[in-house]
Amino acid sequence: MTAPSSSGSPGRATPLLAQIWAVIALPLISILLALLVGAFVILASQLVLPGGNLDLLLPLTAYAALFQGAFGNFDALVDTLISTTPLVLGGLSVGLAFKAGLFNIGAQGQFLLGALGAVAAGVALAGAPPLVAITVALAAGILAGAFWGFIPGLLKAVSGAHEVVVTIMLNYIAIAVIAAVVGGPLRQQGRPEAITPDVGNAALPVIIGNDGHAGIALAIVAVAVVAFLLFRTTLGFEIRIVGANPDAARYAGMRPRALTILTMSIAGALAGLAGAVVVLGVTHLMTPSFGTTVGFDSIAVALLGRTNPVGIVAAAFLFGALRAGASLMQIKAGIPVELIDVLQATILLFLVANPVLRRAFRLRGVKAGLETTETITKTYAGEVAPR
Amino acid sequence: MTTPDAPVRAPALEMRGITKRYPGVTANDHIDLDVRPGEIHALLGENGAGKTTLMNILYGLARPDEGAILLDGQEVNISGPSDAIARGINMVHQHFMLVPVFSIAENILLGEETMAGPIFLDRREARRGIVELGRRFGFEIDPDLRVGSLSVGWQQRVEILKALYRDAKILVLDEPTAVLTPQETEEIFAVLRRLAAEGHSIVFISHKLYEVLEIADRITVIRRGKVVGQRLPAETDEDDLAELMVGRGVQLTVDRGESHPADVAVRLEGLEVKDDRGSIAVRGVDLEVRSGEILGIAGVAGNGQDELVEAIVGLRHAAGGRIGLQGADITHASPRRINEAGVAYVPADRHRFGLVLSFPVADNLVLTDYYRRPYARGFIRNDEAIEATAEERIREYDVRTPSADVRAGTLSGGNQQKLVVARELSRDLKLLVLDQPTRGLDVGSIEFIHRQAIAKRDAGTAILLVSAELDEILELSDRIAVMYRGRIVAVRDGRTADKNEIGLLMATGGEARSPAAAIGPAV
Amino acid sequence: MDGLINALYSIPVAGVLFQLAGYLVNVVPDISPLILQAATPIALAALCGVMCERAGVVNIGIEGIMITAAFVGWYSGVLLVPVLGTTAIGPFGMSLALVVALGVALASGVVISALHAWLSISVRADQIISGTIINIAAFGLTGYLNNLIAKTSPNGAGAFTQFRPPREVTDIPVIGWILNMFLNQGPIAMSVIVLVVIFQILLFRSRWGLRSRAVGEHPRAAETVGINVIRVRYRNVLIGGVFAALGGAYLSMEATNSFQQGMTTGRGFIGLAAMIVGRWSPVGAFGAALLFSSSTALGNSIKFSPPSGDLGTILTSLPDQVYDALPYLVTIVILAGVVGRSIPPAADGQPYEREAAT
Repeated sequence: MTAPSSSGSPGRATPLLAQIWAVIALPLISILLALLVGAFVILASQLVLPGGNLDLLLPLTAYAALFQGAFGNFDALVDTLISTTPLVLGGLSVGLAFKAGLFNIGAQGQFLLGALGAVAAGVALAGAPPLVAITVALAAGILAGAFWGFIPGLLKAVSGAHEVVVTIMLNYIAIAVIAAVVGGPLRQQGRPEAITPDVGNAALPVIIGNDGHAGIALAIVAVAVVAFLLFRTTLGFEIRIVGANPDAARYAGMRPRALTILTMSIAGALAGLAGAVVVLGVTHLMTPSFGTTVGFDSIAVALLGRTNPVGIVAAAFLFGALRAGASLMQIKAGIPVELIDVLQATILLFLVANPVLRRAFRLRGVKAGLETTETITKTYAGEVAPR
Repeated sequence: MTTPDAPVRAPALEMRGITKRYPGVTANDHIDLDVRPGEIHALLGENGAGKTTLMNILYGLARPDEGAILLDGQEVNISGPSDAIARGINMVHQHFMLVPVFSIAENILLGEETMAGPIFLDRREARRGIVELGRRFGFEIDPDLRVGSLSVGWQQRVEILKALYRDAKILVLDEPTAVLTPQETEEIFAVLRRLAAEGHSIVFISHKLYEVLEIADRITVIRRGKVVGQRLPAETDEDDLAELMVGRGVQLTVDRGESHPADVAVRLEGLEVKDDRGSIAVRGVDLEVRSGEILGIAGVAGNGQDELVEAIVGLRHAAGGRIGLQGADITHASPRRINEAGVAYVPADRHRFGLVLSFPVADNLVLTDYYRRPYARGFIRNDEAIEATAEERIREYDVRTPSADVRAGTLSGGNQQKLVVARELSRDLKLLVLDQPTRGLDVGSIEFIHRQAIAKRDAGTAILLVSAELDEILELSDRIAVMYRGRIVAVRDGRTADKNEIGLLMATGGEARSPAAAIGPAV
Repeated sequence: MDGLINALYSIPVAGVLFQLAGYLVNVVPDISPLILQAATPIALAALCGVMCERAGVVNIGIEGIMITAAFVGWYSGVLLVPVLGTTAIGPFGMSLALVVALGVALASGVVISALHAWLSISVRADQIISGTIINIAAFGLTGYLNNLIAKTSPNGAGAFTQFRPPREVTDIPVIGWILNMFLNQGPIAMSVIVLVVIFQILLFRSRWGLRSRAVGEHPRAAETVGINVIRVRYRNVLIGGVFAALGGAYLSMEATNSFQQGMTTGRGFIGLAAMIVGRWSPVGAFGAALLFSSSTALGNSIKFSPPSGDLGTILTSLPDQVYDALPYLVTIVILAGVVGRSIPPAADGQPYEREAAT
């Protein structure tokens, strides 16, 4: 198979190495540059704070601790896998939506609702046979997430309300819903603080190391399913075409509105599964302030992974490693875990500004940094998707 | 209006040897043009002849590769629109540069604001000035009306006022009457004559023959980027100008042979379709196309052809009337149903409706059939079948592409069009709709597509051809219908049709008058 | 009269609506200053949105600008207090440290807007993605720095205090409570209505406003009359950044006197919704902001002093979180109902390429 060349001239079979470079060049450079920027931030923040002495080696200490926390020993590696799992699912959620020309910032809310659904079912079935409890709890999480994705999909298809604002509102509503349910109907009696009971038999079994739960396997399965859906089925074809060119999609007999609703629902289901997996595999219960960075990390994962299932796994692994190693970094080097947010944003910044990078590094024949469709901003102010 | 024995002065505007090349085409080839003060000089040529490029250069929107521009005898370098405006050159564009949500006053003021102090606009003074300006040229104008609510004729006037508000010395009008009714055209002409009488120089770009004869003092004809002749109106007539404009004879590249039309395949009855802005674009069209014949719809772009075609293939809602396909009513059917009923569509805008450029060639080739056997078994796509079909089509239709997996966007325009044709023609068809099928293509691709169309016709398909290229219509059509302002104004037999008559019908809708009968105040 | 009211209240079902009306009439004048306070950050965010989008640039990163300004304003205060002291030198309890810190906060807004402007206008990246990245960067950086700083328990420069209008003003019948609403505020909240009015007038009656709007509606037409589209867009985005920064500074320097991570709680996005509902006009956006924030204020009021009777029983039985979620719910409902009928500037969100002057 020849690789597509950007100039349009008939291409010869380009060597495998060149093909790989074309795909990973910009993400790789962005990551390296981001690490540099992160080092600079660490140094600079020492100066900004009162009473700080300048430790020039602090970035190195920090990055070393980061690496150790992520890959230092077997347990660290398992922790990385555990962190990666929800990011894979969240990245698939956001990535799938991107393919359809939609921006699913609401992954965070869908994640929370999925966790809530899973906990509710899990607590109800805590004494049931494990297979039943786990299946039902996962299904509940998936359905809850799907519902939270269905709402913005429906609103967009019917009224044209852009999914960005609606899903962000839903994110905040989800937080309130969690607090209300955990503090109310799901509250464990007899405890001063608001906390749900344990999910008992609905907890995911451990399959690797001390804590590596079955969610890891689920994530791998999900990648295969989504990849199959997108690239081997007619539905996946329709989703991708609608995201690339809604007019041609209409001529081809596809229905953009229905696809919008369906895609957002599936995306919600994936993010909901991520939440279910975290609550059933890691925490085994829920507090009113349950919340992780998964929802927003998913956006970075999808963008960095170029909305491609394989890329998403790689990007999820990167951010999973960063998150897993961050706590050790905080302990050993005193660097707050929020540095990971800074690194994440910087990577994305370099990806977005990729024309500048390409000129600066004189890169040719390299694939563009971001692979989202134009339709995202085109429908911003309420252009209703064609029937 | 200048007369031949008026004293000779330096021309107000002179363009010498202007040359402009774009990749693949020389838009302007050593063009000379001079315009005297108080003269209305017409620039005549077909679409794509190079007129707009020339004027963009004059207005500073483009730079010439060679040549010079002189104003009042002095060579100048025009750096951009504000520079051009400052030098007294004002352009009224073919596509109006008006902001629909602004009022007339706001549109006129933009960029040349009348101020009350450093911050605020002096709307009262501006209003006064605009009303007075309008009166000077014979019309009453309410500056507070929203431009979006105006008729096209009035928008045209606003554009002209915009130029006059800036003390234009040289006024360039690009196809100013393209969208005006004959009545509105007369009124604009009156304004132009007044302007010329006051000493303004006017460049009047058009492809409408009798108008040019009526209004111009001198006529320069451009064809394919070169000046091919200059005339005084008294020394020429429409036939002469038409010949200069389109060249001698019709180059037939393909002999279409005899057609053997059978039953009526498509019948349009009283079809009404609205455009994107909500106004009626197709006003009650009755039309029949028979199996085994090619019906060509000739017309200047923008007279409702796109809307007509989109309604037939289901991409646009029909506001009234009926579309019948071999008896079945497809007026409100979905694109997929119409497709399955045996209708194929080669769209004018292939990047919008025809192809998905970021997708591989193979996917584009099955874009309308992806859900059917053998390309899909139920839910699952059958990649081998898709590849096999793709290879076959690429061979059959001679699509130049390194493989079936490259993105469609990497192909040349001609090959992209061949892709669309390959997909649409590769099945049993009752109706084939071709909309501007060879626009922007090289000669080889054009010939290829024409042959394919004729082959389909001979196989019994009904073909509806829409084109702004009169040559193409004449070459391919067994019957020719002329569309003008949303109506079919004439139908002619393709074997006996007269090119000049069709051209005139396209430009005037059959409302042509001889220049002697022109109405309007004499200057 | 009282007998009639009681009778209305006791009608089954419909009576609840009358009770609601009665409750609102009683409560709104008292909580009106709170409504404006809740509306201030939303309105300022909406003004930033109007400024940017009228010129054709979509700015999703308003929330990021706000949180940055909130942090920078507060932390600059922390750094400046030892240098400039905390003695009040003017009304509203403003000390030199506080005023300078505000200036630094506004400058930070300009810096972040410049980044968004560069990405959207010059690099021509997708504007929604560019805005989202700015949000991620802003939240990350402020969270990171706040985490480092919080360990040292720093003292801030305090906050702007409220002006207390004299009794004579607030006691004026009928309009007294409206005057109270706008005057019983700190400087930033008080300035909002002024900014809204000024901006409205400028947008529709000044040369700057005309050119800005033209660039957002039909940039090609603007270019053909000699306007520099790129420069206008940059300028407007930067000015918008000042508005957003003011909204952020309000949170940490007037509404409260310290910084909390994530203290913007989505108000930047509600501001965008207010802009859409308000049809991209400053006055309309302000009205929408009042509408959205009244749900917050009402929610609080119901929590702390609920109405009596059937209405009260219904409302107090709802969990607290319903009221927390209320502004977001209201936003969704109104947005979905209004969008599609609310027409944005025609060139909104479309990157612009100058006619090649080659």
